[in-house]
Amino acid sequence: MARQFLSGNEAFAYGVRLARPQVISAYPITPQTIVVEKLSEFVEDGSLKSEFIHVESEHSALSCAMGASSVGARAFTATSSQGLLYMAECLPYAAGGRFPIVMMNANRSTALPWNIYGDQRDSLSQLDSGWIQAYAENAQEALDLALMSFYIAEHKQVSTPFMANLDGFVLTHTYEVVDVPTAEQADEFLPTFETENKMSLTKPKNLGFSAGPDTNTFFKYKEHTGLLNVKKAVTEAESRFESIFGRHYSGLTENYRTDDADYILITLGSISGLVREIVDKLREQGEKAGLLRIRYMRPFPNEEIAKAVKNAKAVGVLEKDISFGNEGTVYTNVNSALQKASISIPTSDYIGGLGGRNISPGEIENIFEELKQEKSAVKFLGIEVR
Amino acid sequence: MALTAKTLDETEYFYGHKACAGCGGSLAVRIALKVLGENAIAVLPAGCMSAVGFNFPQLCFGNNAIISTFAGTASMLTGVQAGLKAQGITDFHAVGFAGDGGTADIGLQALSGAIDRNDDILYICYDNEAYMNTGIQKSSLTPFGAKTTTTPAGKNIHGNLRQKKNMFEIAAAHDIPYAATASVGYLNDFIRKVEKAKSIKGTKYIHILAPCPTGWGVKTDETVEIAKEVVDCGLWYLAEYENGSFTLNHEPKEFSDVSEYLRKQSRFRHLTDEDIEIIKQSRDKKWEYIHKNFK
Repeated sequence: MARQFLSGNEAFAYGVRLARPQVISAYPITPQTIVVEKLSEFVEDGSLKSEFIHVESEHSALSCAMGASSVGARAFTATSSQGLLYMAECLPYAAGGRFPIVMMNANRSTALPWNIYGDQRDSLSQLDSGWIQAYAENAQEALDLALMSFYIAEHKQVSTPFMANLDGFVLTHTYEVVDVPTAEQADEFLPTFETENKMSLTKPKNLGFSAGPDTNTFFKYKEHTGLLNVKKAVTEAESRFESIFGRHYSGLTENYRTDDADYILITLGSISGLVREIVDKLREQGEKAGLLRIRYMRPFPNEEIAKAVKNAKAVGVLEKDISFGNEGTVYTNVNSALQKASISIPTSDYIGGLGGRNISPGEIENIFEELKQEKSAVKFLGIEVR
Repeated sequence: MALTAKTLDETEYFYGHKACAGCGGSLAVRIALKVLGENAIAVLPAGCMSAVGFNFPQLCFGNNAIISTFAGTASMLTGVQAGLKAQGITDFHAVGFAGDGGTADIGLQALSGAIDRNDDILYICYDNEAYMNTGIQKSSLTPFGAKTTTTPAGKNIHGNLRQKKNMFEIAAAHDIPYAATASVGYLNDFIRKVEKAKSIKGTKYIHILAPCPTGWGVKTDETVEIAKEVVDCGLWYLAEYENGSFTLNHEPKEFSDVSEYLRKQSRFRHLTDEDIEIIKQSRDKKWEYIHKNFK
């Protein structure tokens, strides 16, 4: 293992190199570009043996990755925002085809108005596409997730594409000290990609077919089951990861000081670092604050969330997303988890960070203050609604 | 001995599908796969051939085959060949079969990308001159004057107002290693071209005119005949592009009657003598260009 000073994008690229994808197809978009630049450098310097395809669009990027996966090759692509939306047709296609492609998405706002900065509306708008969705908090987790994503996606009982999300700029462009595992360690962790779901010259197959009303539900149910199996695969991957690399991850969610917490804030992605600091500060002041970081939005950690918040007095969700005409999507999902577990406590949604707007420590402290009122509400940070 | 329709592989690779009687597209696919053999890996976008051949559990390809997204024939082909190459497999032919809409309209960007990268793929466009799978709507390869469900022929507008997009020369303009036109009316010419493409590294593009009796309004046993006639009357031509130059493969001694070709198809039956004159003039202009620029 070597310690290096890397941005989130670079760390992810190092993780991808360790996973040795056989085909990489990508199209540049801010703030994802550095990942594909880095990978093309690795291919050039010979440290990564991979077919690097300069596709002419994001739609082709994922279409090409599907082609590679359909003949049993490990495939990687990366995108962001408009690019993710442009390839949107291919997302349920890859999931329905059960192609375990890994894609990094640099979370970025979507036009209009144009904005290149980070929010999570791009990936959350594709929550129902059938992909595994994970969100990294920092550069180390980004690298580790890159490596683990292939293990999880390619797991025999999963065989589902994996979208690893990194907050645009805040994570993709921020430099941190990162432990970079050796190739030997990575090879010990990640087996080569083997699948029956492929076209091969010895065993020809017809893939990507039509299934009418009589059989369609069967295929969709199998797809759903594949995603539900991710939970087990994540546990397996993380315990294997810990035994080789010594770093521990906590599954679909991460609980921070939630055990005895009265007020818990639920987050997604890089903002969690700041919330953790505020929780510590409030704890020093005698407030029973806690943080629940959702690491995986799909499959959704219904049980984990219910278990973590069942003794709390109120829960807040802080998210960089809005489902227009309703509320934040994370909030909707959290409420559903609580309702299914018969947990009846006030929940509030805080929509912030849209288009990269800064979320300040003061705003987070204020959220915890408001949670004490124990009333449910949907609020926008930075906007006074009278 | 040159491969011909008579000496082709007896094995069927596209069999048991539910294409309409007389389908020119399915004939092109069937013949091409016989030439390419069992190691062909076929990619077909949403369209007629995928709609008729991939209905689970009745899957009709004897070789490897997959449906791509409508726009993604070429990009998926690229992935297939890159994925196999990365695994050290070289003994295969990645072949795409897309219709005129899937090629000249929605799939053009991906196709241009693949040719630009010179990916080792064979892309075959079976051109039936409209979106037939969705029920005969105009594509950019629908010829002038043709009646489709989105270019109705009435008193004010006589069907499609635009000429066919020139896909063959668009492919050639990328300086592609090999491009050719063909017709299901001249099968041996098509067979020779697929066989030639099979041996060339890099991107190959074959554009085969494949009549659709349903959309053209001809009898189901007239497909081959009408596909011959379109060449004989000069509205289509058989040519190749290789090493930077164009070659004409078939020069009709004299053109057969254009109006006869047009009037036997219900999609052209409304055309006036003036309309037919416009078609003749544009044909003559095209042939002037061919004689000047093709060997």
